Amino acid sequence: MILSRKAVGPWLLLTPALLFLCIFFVYPLCNMLARSAFDPAPTLRHYTRLINEPAYLRVLLTTFEISLSVTLSALVIGYPLAYFLSQLKLRTANFLMVLVIVPYFTSVLVRTYAWMVLLGTEGILNQVLLGLGLVTRPLAIMFSRTSVVIGMTYILLPYMVLALYSVMRGIDTHLLHAAESLGAGRIRAFWRVFVPLSMPGVAAGGLLVAILSIGFFITPALMGNQQDSMISMLIEAQVETYFDWGFASALASILLACTLLLFLAYDRMVGLNRLFEAKQ
Amino acid sequence: MIQSTKPFVSRGGTELRLEGVTKLYAGTAAVDRLDLTVAQGEFVTLLGASGSGKTTTLMMLAGFTQADSGRISIGGRDVTALPPGKRNLGVVFQNYSLFPHLTVAQNLAFPLEMRKLGRAEIKDAVLRALEIVHLPDKAERYPRELSGGQQQRVALARAIIFHPQALLMDEPLGALDKNLREHMQIEIKRLHASLGATIVFVTHDQEEALTMSNRVAVMDNGKIAQIASPRAIYEEPLNRFVASFIGQSNFLPGKVLGGRGDGFVVQLTTGDKLNCRGPHQPAPGDEVLAVVRPEHIAVYREAQIDGHRKTISGKVVDTLYLGHTIKLEVCLADGTRLMTQSTSAALDGVVPPPGSAVQLDLGSRSIWCIPAVEEAK
Ligand SMILES: Nc1ncnc2c1ncn2[C@@H]1O[C@H](COP(=O)(O)OP(=O)(O)OP(=O)(O)O)[C@@H](O)[C@H]1O
Ligand SMILES: [Mg+2]
Repeated sequence: MILSRKAVGPWLLLTPALLFLCIFFVYPLCNMLARSAFDPAPTLRHYTRLINEPAYLRVLLTTFEISLSVTLSALVIGYPLAYFLSQLKLRTANFLMVLVIVPYFTSVLVRTYAWMVLLGTEGILNQVLLGLGLVTRPLAIMFSRTSVVIGMTYILLPYMVLALYSVMRGIDTHLLHAAESLGAGRIRAFWRVFVPLSMPGVAAGGLLVAILSIGFFITPALMGNQQDSMISMLIEAQVETYFDWGFASALASILLACTLLLFLAYDRMVGLNRLFEAKQ
Repeated sequence: MIQSTKPFVSRGGTELRLEGVTKLYAGTAAVDRLDLTVAQGEFVTLLGASGSGKTTTLMMLAGFTQADSGRISIGGRDVTALPPGKRNLGVVFQNYSLFPHLTVAQNLAFPLEMRKLGRAEIKDAVLRALEIVHLPDKAERYPRELSGGQQQRVALARAIIFHPQALLMDEPLGALDKNLREHMQIEIKRLHASLGATIVFVTHDQEEALTMSNRVAVMDNGKIAQIASPRAIYEEPLNRFVASFIGQSNFLPGKVLGGRGDGFVVQLTTGDKLNCRGPHQPAPGDEVLAVVRPEHIAVYREAQIDGHRKTISGKVVDTLYLGHTIKLEVCLADGTRLMTQSTSAALDGVVPPPGSAVQLDLGSRSIWCIPAVEEAK
């Protein structure tokens, strides 16, 4: 069969991207999946090891717990912020939104180090607390689960705010007026009408942050400790320290499966297309 | 249909009053020193062009917009500083504003829950309200599952279910097609009659305003140009704006000669003399405009003239044949142009050609006149 030039053209344009993806993404991914079950011979050893060893299950649990804490913190901080932005004039809101998004463009590493400086034993926070006489000894915030959650929440907050904001912008203010005219005070109108209508945003932002935080590496690695190790750190240790590629691959496959499950939930509840839309 | 015993809107409703109310947006007045009193149980329509301040007026009554000056009272009580939820007014918004996350029954229950009524009581009231608007089987539907007219009726039910002191409606029928619109007009009138509610209704549809209201307030630039019964608005417009906004009007300039009986005699610039009446008795020599509706002018072709009637002569400038009606543009002796509208039968089905002479009969009743120069308000 001879393909016309017209039909081939667009595919030709895609070739570099496809090649790149195949070499650096699809091939390693398949390789990893294969290693988790064929290293060195066909075996389920790596997976049974994961199930039989409580320490590894604990890592998985810790990962979920941190991910949940981060999601909830981002929601608690992001919801009022997004609400505030959604009530402003569009111009002002857009300007402030830029301020929320700017950190996107800074390296995660830099932002994590910034938090380390803030939260460390000699850090600004402790200096201030000590100076005010509120504490007698520096608080050991760094290298704990708290510091990991703080750091990750900060980094993932813009995703939450964006997801919430786009839904909140779309809520018809007439509905709140209607609720007020029907006898609700402003606060009850907010809880009975605004909050339920903003739930799609909560679902979208929550799942997005959960998906991103479950595989997070740099921040927990730099700001956390061994007891609160997340799955990504365990994978790194398997590769770097023990050269156990088979087990590392099995762990990575589990992480991949969990992430895909969350994506599935996201698609069900929100629709994946929302993720790629540049809609406001 | 179950006949409800307890009236929904407090029977007889409540008097609403705006006194010298002004609302400024960026320095210009959207509503300008407006005075309006709606009596108990009265149906008043705010009619006016887009941007004339109808919604602003209604929203100040409802409490969503704060007046910059003036006083608003409901049932004699000053509510100028009262938040909307405490004013106990039923509001129907232009876009219905039903809560999309609640079913019809939950939407209707909302105002009752806000008033902390018991569950059984709420259930009863919801059923009763649904019967009043003929939607007893739609309780469990979500608003998006209803047609426009049904949503409209739910919005109406939700606005009356908590026995408000009055109903405010902002172009509630604006989005409906013609048939549904007429049907809903009848329903709202029926509701008004059976509940005896005080209603303020906003529309920019003249016919709707004239058919539905006890009184019509014609708004122009944030002011009420005239407030009167539908008949008076049409037959006795106070000024040039109302006369041309409601239907069509010709304005024939003239001078008052003197009083006569209840009215006065006016000599038009064409020389013809007319028996006239007006909003007030003018002094001889005053300049006035005779307001003549195109459909009130009987047109005779030369061939039809019998010589007994007192008529004004003119020349046909332009014609418009519409089958059942014939519209003519006629030029009078003094150059004044006017429009006429006759049935085809009255002209024997003949359209007078442009340039031909016609005689115009303004009828035997006295002609409504307004002052030619309106005093500045
Ligand atoms: N929130 C606002 N900010 C600034 N100007 C406003 C605002 N609301 C109304 N206006 C202005 O006030 C004037 C009256 O508006 P209003 O909405 O009362 O008109 P309306 O008679 O209801 O018109 P329509 O028939 O189009 O609904 C308009 O000139 C409008 O531009
Ligand atoms: Mg309006």
